[in-house]
Amino acid sequence: MSSLRLHVNGEEVEAEAWEGESLLYFLREGLGRFGSKNACEQGECGSCSVLLDGRLVCACLVLAAAAAGSEIVTIEGLAGDPITAAVQRAMVEAGGVQCGFCTPGFVVSLADLLRRNRNPDEYELREALSGNLCRCTGYLRIFEAARRAAAELRA
Amino acid sequence: MKVTVARSLEEALADPEAIFLAGGTDLMVGVNFGRERPEHVVSIRGLSELGDTSVGERVRIGGGVDYTRVLDALGEHSPALVQAARTIGSPQIRNAGTIGGNLGTCSPAGDTLPVLAALDAEVILRSPAGERRVPFSEFMLGPRKSARRPGELVEAVEWLDAGPSQAFLKAGTRNAMVIAVANLALVVDRARKAVRVALGSVGPTIIRALEAEDLARGLFEESGWERPLRPSQAAAARFGELAAGAARPIDDQRGSAIYRRHVVAVMARRALARTGEVA
Repeated sequence: MSSLRLHVNGEEVEAEAWEGESLLYFLREGLGRFGSKNACEQGECGSCSVLLDGRLVCACLVLAAAAAGSEIVTIEGLAGDPITAAVQRAMVEAGGVQCGFCTPGFVVSLADLLRRNRNPDEYELREALSGNLCRCTGYLRIFEAARRAAAELRA
Repeated sequence: MKVTVARSLEEALADPEAIFLAGGTDLMVGVNFGRERPEHVVSIRGLSELGDTSVGERVRIGGGVDYTRVLDALGEHSPALVQAARTIGSPQIRNAGTIGGNLGTCSPAGDTLPVLAALDAEVILRSPAGERRVPFSEFMLGPRKSARRPGELVEAVEWLDAGPSQAFLKAGTRNAMVIAVANLALVVDRARKAVRVALGSVGPTIIRALEAEDLARGLFEESGWERPLRPSQAAAARFGELAAGAARPIDDQRGSAIYRRHVVAVMARRALARTGEVA
């Protein structure tokens, strides 16, 4: 174990970490930021989606120690972002949330898509969410939420 | 486990025993599950020396270039590699995994590998001793075994522009997040009158289907290299059979050997039809 300093959600943070620790583990167990969820630990489910230097990645596949010097933004850090807020509203209105476990990951992925593309077609939507798994909704309401959020942001 | 974040190629190559970490899509899974505990990990993510791309008569993609950036760099160039990169993982995975990682790991299911074989690409390896160029045909030696020596880094991969008649096909259970049950790349380099077919996930290495290549070369020779090719049903079927015959598949949790052979034949026929149309 040694002390690790990272830049998370605009602030310098520090905690003890094992050298082989994933960024996801560091966020949750080191920093107590539980928004990024821990499920598959192999990049399959997307529930730990974060932005690393502005790019959508799975925090479970990032070696925490190797993220030193990078800008990390988690779901907590997106609070107050208008695109994220539109996605959150649409998820609630469309019924895109059931158990809620996958929701932060979906919100981060959708906000990332809508930041780059306000008018995604069906294929682009499916592609953008292909790295996030939901075991409750069957996805239809999540896609509906995505369409609503995109429409709101275009208005 | 010791971790070094390399800030230069020189730093990255300082310890010949170290394991390189780029996107983490392979190594971190092993670390997370306690299967891998490398003594020294050297992070090479974001090293500018590994991030170059140049697209033209000769194409070069740096080993550290992730799949999203491969897609951005290539646009419509080298379409088989574009198609392969698009099938990899998900946006999250394509933002992390690199072409150097695909080569370094050298899994028989690596999606860019059949394409690099069919493009007759050259792998550029870097060590403190200098640069070493290995043709892909001599690079992959077995499952997760390659000609890369300890301490050597995949600096880049290069190939000659082979034109637009190319196809990549992949069979799996969904469009995203799938390890190939089988994949196939076909490159018809009309200007150089060359055909190369490479199969992935159906043997211990990427396999070139040489007899299928010979047959296709004959078909293009006959119909004219500069013209669209519409092979007869019999010729297409024979092409598929020869490709399937070159496969050396096994039964595993992703698919049976019989299914894999079948799907190789189907993919080969489709690839021939698609590349034939593009002249």
